[in-house]
Amino acid sequence: MVKDNTAGSKLFDVFLIIFLVGIALLCILPIWYTLAVSLSDNAAASSGRVGLWPVGFNLSSYKEIMGDSKFFNSFWISIQRVVLGAGLNFVIILLMAYPLSKGNKELPFRNVLMWILVFTMLFNGGLIPWYMTVKSLGLINNIWALVLGSSVPVFSVILVINFFRNLPKELEEAALVDGAGPWRMMIQIFVPLAGPVIATVTLFSIVYHWNEFFNGLVLMSTADHYPLQTYIQQMVVVIDANTMTAEQIQRMSELSNRTLNSAKIFIAMIPVLVVYPFLQRFFITGITLGSVKE
Amino acid sequence: MVNKGFAKHYYLMLLPGFIWLILFSIVPMFGIVMAFQDYNPGLGILHSEWVGLENFKYMFSLNDSGTILFNTVFIAILKIIGNLLIPLIFALLLNELRINYLKRWIQTIVYLPHFISWVILSGILLDVFGYTGPVNQMLSVFDVKPILFFGRADLFPALVVGSDVWKEFGFNTIIYLAALTSINPALYEAAAIDGASRLQRMKNITIPGIVSAIILLSVLSLGNVLNAGFEQIFNLYNPLVYSSGDIIDTWVYRTGLVNLQFSLATAMGLLKSVVSFLMITISYYLASRFANYRIF
Repeated sequence: MVKDNTAGSKLFDVFLIIFLVGIALLCILPIWYTLAVSLSDNAAASSGRVGLWPVGFNLSSYKEIMGDSKFFNSFWISIQRVVLGAGLNFVIILLMAYPLSKGNKELPFRNVLMWILVFTMLFNGGLIPWYMTVKSLGLINNIWALVLGSSVPVFSVILVINFFRNLPKELEEAALVDGAGPWRMMIQIFVPLAGPVIATVTLFSIVYHWNEFFNGLVLMSTADHYPLQTYIQQMVVVIDANTMTAEQIQRMSELSNRTLNSAKIFIAMIPVLVVYPFLQRFFITGITLGSVKE
Repeated sequence: MVNKGFAKHYYLMLLPGFIWLILFSIVPMFGIVMAFQDYNPGLGILHSEWVGLENFKYMFSLNDSGTILFNTVFIAILKIIGNLLIPLIFALLLNELRINYLKRWIQTIVYLPHFISWVILSGILLDVFGYTGPVNQMLSVFDVKPILFFGRADLFPALVVGSDVWKEFGFNTIIYLAALTSINPALYEAAAIDGASRLQRMKNITIPGIVSAIILLSVLSLGNVLNAGFEQIFNLYNPLVYSSGDIIDTWVYRTGLVNLQFSLATAMGLLKSVVSFLMITISYYLASRFANYRIF
C-alpha cells in the first residue's frame, strides 16, 4: 500500500475508521442488546428501560430455562440433527465431488450426471409435492426427515469439484504409479489437500442444520419432535393472530416474558458463536478457491 | 492416463448421493402433475381428476395473485439492488483502511449475522423494533410516539429489505474483496508517483479492477427476481402486513399446508419454479457468454 501523509488523507483515514467501526458495531449491538435483556429484571425489560447494560441484573431467566425440559429436548434434537446431518453431508459431498472432478473419459457419462445434478439445484417441484414425497416415505415425526429431507447440497459439491479439478494432474499420476486405487487416492491424497474447502462446506452444513426451522415445522406434527429453531419460532416469533389488531399485538408483547425469550434466543445462538471463529478463517479461502475456475 | 477399471468404483461412490437426489429432488418433480388435477388426498395422484389448466385460471382470477406477484418482485428487486450496491461500497471503503488488524476484526464481525438464522434474528428484530424496544426509546427522545414497526404495511417492505441487507452485506463483500486483492499493487505505486490522489486512484484503478466482478454478480442475481426470502418474511410478518408483505412462497405455504388447497398451491409453486428456472438459465448463459464464467 502506498503511503500518503497529506493532511487531507489523514483526516480521511480518521473518518474512515470511525465509520467502519460504527458499521461493525451496528452488526453486533442487536445481539448484545438481546444478551442485556436476558440478564435484566423482567419488569425493567418489559417497560423498555434496558439499554446496552442489564437493569436489575439477575440470572432467573437462565435458571428457568434450566428447568424447562421441552427446551432441552429440542436442544438435544438439534444436536443429533447437526451431527447426523453434517456428518452425512460431509461423506456424500466427498463421494460425489471426487468422481465428478474426473474427465468424461475416466467417468463415462460424467457430463450427463453433472447436468442432472445442476438441474436439481435450479428446478424443484415446489413445497407441496416435496412435502407429499417425504410424507409418503413415512418420515413424518422422524429425525431422519430432518437429516435427509433436504436434498444433497449441490452448491457445496460444486465448490469441492472445482477445487479438486484445480489440483495438479501429476499428483494423481504419481499415486497411480505407486499403485493407489481410487478410494485410497481420494482419502489419502485429495481430501487432505482440500482442507479449507472442506472446512467451508462443513461449516455451511453445520450452520444449515443448526439454523433450519421449516422442515421441523412442516414435517414434525408435535412439539416433542421440534428442533430448537422450530421450538423458538413457535414460542417467540409466532404471533398466532388472524384477526388481531395493532392494540392486541401490543398488549401481547407486553405480557410476554421478554427476558425469558431473549435468554432462549441467546442460548440458541451460542453454538454458532462458538464454532464460527474457528472456521471463519478458512471460509474466505474456501469460497474463493472453489468458485474461481480457470 | 486413464484406468478403465476405476469407472465402476466411481459409480459406486456416486450411488448414495444420486439415490438421495432421486428421492428428495427428482421424485417431487413428478408431483407437479397435482397442479393439473383436482387433487384429492383420499384418491392420490393416480386417481385424482384431471382438470387441465383450471387451477391456473382460478389462480389468476384471485385478487391476491396480482398483489403477491407485485410484492414478491418489488421486495426481491430492492434486495438485489441493495445486496449488490452496499457490499460494493463497503468493500471499497474497507480496502482503503490501512490498519490491517482492524480490517480483520471488522470483517469477522460483519460476516457474523450471515450465520445466524432468521428465526433468531426475527426474535431480535421484533424486540428491537417493538413498542418498548431501543428504536422507539430513541425516537421518544425526539417526541415521536411509539410506532409498531412490524405492524405497519407501509413500512414492512423497507424493514424487510433493510434487515436483509444488514444481515448479508458483510458476507456479500467477500467476492468483491477477492477481486480487489487481484489488482496489481504496482499500479497504485505508479499512480502515486504520477501524483494521483487517493480518490483518483480509487476511481481509475480500483473500480476498473473490479468492474468484471460487479457485472458478473449483477447478471447472476437475475435468477432471484422471484425469491423475496421465505424464511425472513415468514418469521417477521403477521396478518396486518399481508397487503405489502405476502409473497409467493408464504402464500403457497398458507394455501397448501394450512388451508390444504394442494392443487392451487402446487400450481402457484410451479409457476414460480418455471420462471425462476428460466431466469437462472438465461443469467448463467449471459455470464458464460460475456464474463467467461462457468459453474463447473
